[in-house]
This record gives sequence, C-alpha cells and structure tokens, in this order.
Amino acid sequence: MSITLSEYLLLSPEIFVLSMACLILVVEAFVGDRYRHASYVLSQLTLLAAALISGSLIDTGAAVLLGGMYVHDPMAALLKTSVFLVTVGAFAYARSYITAQGGLRGEYYVLGLFAVLGMQVMISSHSLLTLYLGLELLSLSLYAMVAFDRDSATASEAAMKYFVLGALASGMLLYGMSMLYGATGSLDIAAIAEAIAASSERSLVLVFGLCFIVVGLAFKFGAVPFHMWVPDVYHGAPTAVTLFIGSAPKIAAFAMAMRLLAESMGGLMVDWQGMLVILAVLSLAIGNVVAIAQTNMKRMLAYSTISHVGFLLLGILSGTEAGYSAAMFYAITYAVMAIGGFGVIILLSRAGEEADQLDDFKGLNDRSPWFALMMLILMFSMAGVPPTVGFYAKLAVLQAVIDVDLLWLALVAVFFSIIGAFYYIRVIKLMYFDAPVSSEPLEINTDLQIAISTNSLLVLALGLFPGALLTLCNSVLA
Amino acid sequence: MIDYPLLSLLIWLPVAGGAALLAMDALGNPGCRLMALLVSVVTFLLSLSLYTNFDFTTAIMQYQESVPWIDAISANYHLGVDGISMPLIILTTFTTVLVVLAGWEVIREKTAQYMAAFLIMEGLMNGVFAALDAVLFYVFWEAMLIPMFLIIGVWGGPRRVYATIKFFLYTFLGSVFMLVALIYMYLQADSFSILDFHLLPLGMTEQILIFIAFLLAFAVKVPMWPVHTWLPDAHVEAPTGGSVILAAIMLKIGGYGFLRFSLPITPDASHALDWLIILMSLVAVVYIGFVALVQEDMKKLIAYSSIAHMGFVTLGIFLVFTLLDNTGSVNGAALGMEGGMVQMISHGFISGALFLCVGVLYDRMHSRQISDYGGVVNTMPVFAAFMVLFAMANSGLPGTSGFVGEFMVILASFKANFWFALLAATTLILGAAYSLWMVKRVIFGDVANDKVAQLQDVNAREFVILASLAAVVLLFGVYPAPLTEIMHASVDSLLAHVSVSKLPPPETGVALLESIRPAGP
Repeated sequence: MSITLSEYLLLSPEIFVLSMACLILVVEAFVGDRYRHASYVLSQLTLLAAALISGSLIDTGAAVLLGGMYVHDPMAALLKTSVFLVTVGAFAYARSYITAQGGLRGEYYVLGLFAVLGMQVMISSHSLLTLYLGLELLSLSLYAMVAFDRDSATASEAAMKYFVLGALASGMLLYGMSMLYGATGSLDIAAIAEAIAASSERSLVLVFGLCFIVVGLAFKFGAVPFHMWVPDVYHGAPTAVTLFIGSAPKIAAFAMAMRLLAESMGGLMVDWQGMLVILAVLSLAIGNVVAIAQTNMKRMLAYSTISHVGFLLLGILSGTEAGYSAAMFYAITYAVMAIGGFGVIILLSRAGEEADQLDDFKGLNDRSPWFALMMLILMFSMAGVPPTVGFYAKLAVLQAVIDVDLLWLALVAVFFSIIGAFYYIRVIKLMYFDAPVSSEPLEINTDLQIAISTNSLLVLALGLFPGALLTLCNSVLA
Repeated sequence: MIDYPLLSLLIWLPVAGGAALLAMDALGNPGCRLMALLVSVVTFLLSLSLYTNFDFTTAIMQYQESVPWIDAISANYHLGVDGISMPLIILTTFTTVLVVLAGWEVIREKTAQYMAAFLIMEGLMNGVFAALDAVLFYVFWEAMLIPMFLIIGVWGGPRRVYATIKFFLYTFLGSVFMLVALIYMYLQADSFSILDFHLLPLGMTEQILIFIAFLLAFAVKVPMWPVHTWLPDAHVEAPTGGSVILAAIMLKIGGYGFLRFSLPITPDASHALDWLIILMSLVAVVYIGFVALVQEDMKKLIAYSSIAHMGFVTLGIFLVFTLLDNTGSVNGAALGMEGGMVQMISHGFISGALFLCVGVLYDRMHSRQISDYGGVVNTMPVFAAFMVLFAMANSGLPGTSGFVGEFMVILASFKANFWFALLAATTLILGAAYSLWMVKRVIFGDVANDKVAQLQDVNAREFVILASLAAVVLLFGVYPAPLTEIMHASVDSLLAHVSVSKLPPPETGVALLESIRPAGP
C-alpha cells in the first residue's frame, strides 16, 4: 500500500493538524510565562491554515485512500473546513476565559486540536474502524477538557458522567458495528452498502445492529431519550469547554450519521427513518419544553441544543439529498450560533466568577447596547426568526421534510419551535426590559469584542444572503 | 416611469437610517430625533412619487425589481406594488412621520433606540407590502415582529412584558403554519413567486388546508375574533407610537394578506369557507362592539373598536363570493372589496389619530382611565375639537373617511344578504355609542378634578400631528375618489381571478370518452 503524492495532498489537513498539535504540545512545555500566548496563536494559525487547505480541496473529486480506510469527498472537505473555522471562533472566546480563570492553560488548545483531529478522522472515515477511532479521539479529548478545572466539584462530576455515559454509548456503537460486520462481512462502508443492497431480505442481525448504532449515534448527538448527559455536562464544564463541546462536535456527529446511516445503511432507510422520527419528535418536545424551566443559561442552551438536534435529525431522516443538505446547513449554522451564545456568557463573566445565570443577563441593554444587540441577533437566530440564518436552517429542513410527504412532522416541528421561541425571547426580555442587577460597566477585552461582533454579524449576514452556503451544501452532496 | 429602485429605497433607506441611529447612540437626544425625522420625511416624500407615477389603468405589478437572491431555493428579491399595496405603503410612511413627531419630547430614555426601532419597522413593513416573493415576504413579516416586540417591552406600560411576549408568541404561532403552507406550495410550483402561486392549480383539500394555514396567520394579525385577545393587551401597554403603528399598519397587514394570498391562491377554499370569515367578522362587529362599550381604559376602548372596524374589512373582502353568486356581476362584488380596503386606509388614519389623542392626554395626566377625566374641553378647547372630530369619524359620520368604507361595506352586504347587513349596520349604533360616550365622559361636562383644571392645550407639534390627520380624514371623507381609483384596476383583476375556479373541471362521461378515443378520424 503505497501512498502517492496526490494522496498526501488529500490527507494533508490531518497530517498538518496532527504535527502541529504535537509541536504545540512541546512548545507549551518549554516556553515560559513570557510567551504564554504562544500556544494560542500557534493553534489559531494551525486551524486557519488547515481551513485554507481543506477549503481548497472542496472542488477536488472523491477518492478512497489508505486501503479503503479513508475517504476524501467534497462533503468531507466542507465539513472539515467548517469544523476548523468554528473551532477558531471557539478558541477566540476561550482565550479570554482562560486568561481570566487562570487555572486553565495552553493544554486546552492542544486537547482542542486533538479533538479537531478526531473530528477530521470521523468526517473522512470510510471504514467502521476509522470512524470509531476518530470518535474515541474526539471523546477522550473532550472528557479531559471537561475535567480541566480539577478543583471544581461540578466540573469533575460532569466529566465523570460524561465519561461513563460516553463509554456506554461507544460500547453500544461498537456492539452495533460488530453485528453489522457479522451480517455483511465487511467494515468498509461501501462494501457494507453493497452487501445490504445485494441481500434480498433483511437479516435480523442487521436490524439489530442498526438499532445499536442508532442508539450510539443518539447518545453522541444528545437526542432524547439519550440526552441525560447533555445538561449536566454543559452546566458543569467550564464555559470555554461547553462552548467547544456544543459547537464543532455537532458537525462531526452529523458526518458520522451520514457515513453510517446514509452511506453504509442507506438500504435500511425504512428502518432507521422510523427510529429517527421518534428521536426527533422526542428531542423537539423535551428539549423545548424543559428549556423553559431552566434558570441557568448553560443548562437552557443545553436543552436548546437537544431541540436543535431534533431539527437536524428531521433533515437526515427525510433521506433525500435535499434533506442531508438541509441537515448539513443546520449543523454548520447551529455551530456558529452556539459558539456565539456561549461566547456572550464568557463576555459577562468576570475573573473567578461565571455569569451563567439567566439573571446575569438582566439589563444588558443598559450596560452595553451593542452586545445586547448581538445577543438579540443570536437568540432570534436560534428561535428561527428571520432575517437571521437560523430561519433558513429551519426552512431548508422543513422543505425537505414536506417534500417526502411527512407534513405532520413539519407541523410538529413548527409547533415546538413556537414553544422554543418563548425561552429565547425571555433572554431578550431580561436584557432589554429588566433593570440591571449590577451597574458595573462590562470589562471586555478587544479580541472578545471582535469575536462576538463578527460572530453575530455573520449570523445576520448569512441570514440576509444565505444563498452561497445553501448552494455549497447542495453541491457537495450532489 | 421612475428609473431608480424606488421600492428598495423605501425599504432600505429607513432600515439604514435606523441602523445608523443605533450606531450613533452617542449622538444625543436632539440630534437623533432630528435625524429620525429627516429620514422619515424623506421616505414619505419618496413614497409620494409612487402615487404620482402610478399607472391607474392596469393591475400589473408596477415598479418591479427582481434580482436572484437565494439560488438554492430559487427565491428572488422580487418587489412590486399594485393598487392594493401602494396605498398601504404611503399610509406606512405617512404614519411613521407622525409617530416620530409624537415621540419627540415624550421619549426621554434610549431615544436613539426608540427612533431606530420605528424606522427599521417602517422599512420592514414597506417590505411586507412590496414583496412579491414568498420567502422575502415571510422574512419581512417575521422580522417586523422584532422591533415591535422591543418597542412594547422597553417603552411600554407596567404590564409590558406580559403584553409583548403574548403579542410575539401569538403572531409567531400564526405565521409558522403559513410558512409550512408556503413551503408546500413551493414544492408544487417550484417557485416562491407569489404571482406563480396565484396561478398554481390546487385541489380542494390542499386549498382548504392552505387556506386554514393562511387564516391562522392573518386572523391573528387582523385580529379577528376569537384570536384577538393579544391586541387589547398590546395596545394598552405599548407606548403611543407603538399603538399607532400597531393599529394603523400592522393590523392592515392581516387584511392585505387575505387579499394577496388567501383569495387569489385558494379561491375555491375561500368560496367554500367564506361563511366562516363572515361569521367571525360579524361577531367581531357586534360582540366586540359591545365589549368596547364597557371599557374603562381609553386605549382599550379604541383597541376593541379597532377589532370591530377590522371586522368590517374582512367582511367586505369575503362578501365577494356571495355577491358574485347573487348578482353575477363583478361590479357588485367590487363594492364590498373596495369598501374593505377603503376601510383599512381610513381606519389607519382614524385609529392612529385616536391613539395619538389618548397619548396627548396621557402625557399630561399619566392616566388612561376615562373616570380620571371630564370637562377637558374647558382647558383644552383645540384638542377637544380634534378629539371630537376623530371620535365622530370613528363612529362613521358622513363627511369623514370612516363613513365611506363602512357605507360601501354595508351597501355590499345588503346586496348579499339582508341579515348580514342588519348585523353589520349595528356598528353605526354601537360605534357611535362607544365613541361618543367616551367623548362625553372625557371631553365634555364640568371639570372633573384639579388635574384636569391645570391641563395645557396642545402645543404646536401636537397640533401639526393632529391637524394633518384631521385634514386627511376629512379629505377622504368628502372626496374618496383618489383612493378608490387607485384600487379599481387591481380589485377588478383580483375579482376576475377569484371568480374562476382552480379546481380541475369534473370529468364528464363525454370528456372521458374523448380522452380514451384514439386519435385520428
């Protein structure tokens, strides 16, 4: 198995990120406090360069490399580019949090980069083993990140929960994969698809394996009823970590769902469609309703994530190209909104103090009209109100769902998005209509200001001109 | 004709002005007020050229602009106006000037944000009326909620939070189902153009479902009984400017929706279900009229009176089918529809004026309770004259614009059905009763208390606002022709459109034979 130069080129994002992550690890160990930001700057440059590389590969045709373990296709290139860019945003927010909290150091970026590498492997996997490998690399990095603040009891508890439940989910997934292997005799995604297409009747093992795989996927997505870890982990983890967990891994989870469900088990669509319908409807219902009862912003956003996952699953379960493209658009734009939402929590926190209660948002408009406006845009985007990008994400998904004659699902989805609108506009109510609890002016450093402004204005700009990204999502699947 | 993108200008100039105001928060109060006034006046003047260059003889969309916008879903940035939407745009720009003036000295906190919210909303509302693409329409329609939500919530009264969240969720509830309907039609027509939707053939079941989805959206907006309950809350808690915009324009968007979407897209469902709308309208006219009678809060009274008057609008619009069936002539049916539309415009002026009157009183006394007033005429004679005029107009006195629309609709309902007319005509009694009784208690009589005795009459700014509205109300009352002649061509074409069924013709035996007979001699 020899690798040609052109194949190296296709693999270059992974190779690059891996080498840089190792390099930064070493740099981090040797530089003194004078160059404390060296690892941050290096990580950001790495991500930007990797985004450039994989962005330039979007137009390159599909190719299966490394003996069928790895696939390069336009979808993978687009998803990787989005993961890099979203992580750039996440790191930008994390930096001021890490500086303020003191305890967290450069390891955050290194672990983050390894998590990114894991996501890349997941996105480009063409074999169940590669997929599992990427998933574990991602998960292990995330477990460590959640436990970062080791003196905090809630963070340790969250890490423990995340680890135990995550391991359970991985076990389920692996079990399902083994059954799939047993039924089809292959780990290769294309070969599995062929075997399924060739067999005239569905074997019980196959459907059984599918069930376990869907359960594992639902765990990773945080879809109801496998959502229990989401609120606790989001709440317990340091905000800089929550922001990362809540954003880019959703894109990777989407890729995993695509590789497993659409590409390898497309022949079993009838089976997994029904399962996803249940997961999606429950996620929409529980996520939106329970979010109303939260007083903690991070928990609220956790339940909001669950409801967004419900929408995303709607796109996937429609099983058409338009549906996958809608779900992809949803995953990418949701990641952009999510880092913004958590970013505003970081913006409000001061040294040693997390401002993650809903009440901390009271009167933000009096303290800083500009950032209140930015948060307003983000909240309306999550609620799916135009002219923000969240609207088009919902529009595309609804369109896909109605197109496959699941009108009732579309009606359920819009019904729950009305309920969902309530808790988003409650945040706006707190910011705009209530008097501030503390009148201290906000101390916001410049790069955080730039990050949040760019993020929100991007959400607005994509809302006014969503055409390019929508077309891109369509074209990489075509 | 005009060779610059006039409609885009009418939408984006105020939005840009509003954004600039937000950015120049540090400008200070006098500066931002002046700038807001400047932007709104320029927009108003620009919108007048819509009228002067308008071709009255055609129902084709005019001032069209079309640019590809979102290729992936083939949505275009497509604007255009006809005789139905053009007057509503001018009404919007006119009202915004008054609202900016009305908030001049009254709004002391966050003035820049206040003015910016109104300017942005003006642009978005113009967008709603001008959009000919369903996605574009929906974007403007929903985006419009955001500034209104903030206006009520930030500058409103004591129960503003409850009122504004109720307002937002109610309207959001209505509109998401419309979104589903729009997507459904897109998948049928492969286009989001509203004009393509008009021509889209739809079966009866589809039409009924789409009609109901639209009804949810528009009935909440109008608002029609029984989904009207957000309106009194929103009106009472909103600042004066917010109430004016809400009553004068936002409610009209519901009526406009019926004309632009429900009737032409689902003519057969509209025909089949017109009894429902007529019933809801008549309940609004009669029942809400009685409810208005017992209100003790002036704003609430005017809010309920708005619901009753909007009942006239929907009544007029949906009488067309009965009229077409009864008289068979398009002319007879046009009477009801034009009456409804005149009523929309006229109600925009009158309800806006009444809310401004209440605002004038509220700024002085900080109370909207009727019982706190009495004998205002003694201390504010000029104001009293205006208020009496507007109350008269509200009750449909001949010579005011309120009379024209009501008269046309009642006349049309006589042609349709005697009982409709009888019930509709009760508004002449009820409207007069609640309007004049309020005027009697607030304006006339002896000076009720010391506070009333110390009232100052309107200042020059308030005089200009009220006088301009009074002029318009009287002008259209005496000479409504400019208004109706704008609408004629569009109404006739709409009627011609709805009188043709979209359903496939029933297959007769002969037709079946024709279709299976082999070609050739």
